[in-house]
Amino acid sequence: MNVVTLFFYLFSGLLIASAVMVVSSRNPVHAVLFLILAFFNAAGLFLLMGAEFLAMILIVVYVGAVAVLFLFVVMMLDVDFAELRQGFLQYLPLGIVISAIFFIEIALVVGTWQLAPEALNMRKAAAAQPIDAMNARALGRVLYTEYVYFFQAAGLILLVAMIGAIVLTLRERVGVKRQDVMAQNARGKATAMAVVSVTPGQGVTTSGVMRRDAAGQDQPGIGG
Amino acid sequence: MIGLSHYLVVAAMLFTLGAFGIFMNRKNVIVILMSIELILLAVNINLVAFSTHLGDLTGQVFALLVLTVAAAEAAIGLAILVVYFRNRGTIAVEDINVMKG
Repeated sequence: MNVVTLFFYLFSGLLIASAVMVVSSRNPVHAVLFLILAFFNAAGLFLLMGAEFLAMILIVVYVGAVAVLFLFVVMMLDVDFAELRQGFLQYLPLGIVISAIFFIEIALVVGTWQLAPEALNMRKAAAAQPIDAMNARALGRVLYTEYVYFFQAAGLILLVAMIGAIVLTLRERVGVKRQDVMAQNARGKATAMAVVSVTPGQGVTTSGVMRRDAAGQDQPGIGG
Repeated sequence: MIGLSHYLVVAAMLFTLGAFGIFMNRKNVIVILMSIELILLAVNINLVAFSTHLGDLTGQVFALLVLTVAAAEAAIGLAILVVYFRNRGTIAVEDINVMKG
């Protein structure tokens, strides 16, 4: 048993085991942590297959972004997860039957499929030779030339997702004091200041300084 | 020697586990989203396995696109989940019937 075989069984065994823990874990935080473990092992499988760039991207995107997002949401929501697990065993037989059918179907396909002889001639971007094993460079050569529109579409999808997530979760709170720069700049002498005439000897009355209004009457003014 | 079919079997098992997870956690949207991530990961393993087996980098490009879509889907799904929880105080899937669909 050589090293590749050993690591394949290590990675795939851990991957399957942690996937089982993800779907059956009692605590969602544990489920997210097992999801992270599953992503790491999948990255190991990618490395074994020679897709180093995708392996690293998997760790960066899935573990660094998606799983942390899951962790945030699980910890932020105050949900009674025990209540959500009710009926878990009730669905177990149906789930097992349907998954078994699923797996048998896929296994039948995997067991009997054959590569079409002309498939090797239809390759669009034949990979570099193993000697020239620069996976990232080869992938970039294909991605930025042949599939540049797909690349742009992927960027657009991420942009739409970002805007959508912000629009969905943005909420306008009422009753929060915020600085209103427009109102501050719009304040002038007319609205911010009043010139009052204080009668000599009387000073300020209990009602404050009297202010002359347009009709010449004294009105309670500032400081009343 | 580890060949293509080994990877395909692992991906099939992962895919089945993801579908199983959706069935089992029918009330918990968070675990359902995680199961969808597992399914997409299985698809990615398939794509990369075929890519290396055929010596064609196109499969890896497609795996990259699947990765992008999975990230976007997780972000949008969790945003919807947060908004739903804020409005209703629960995330039980069975209660999500306000659209009468």
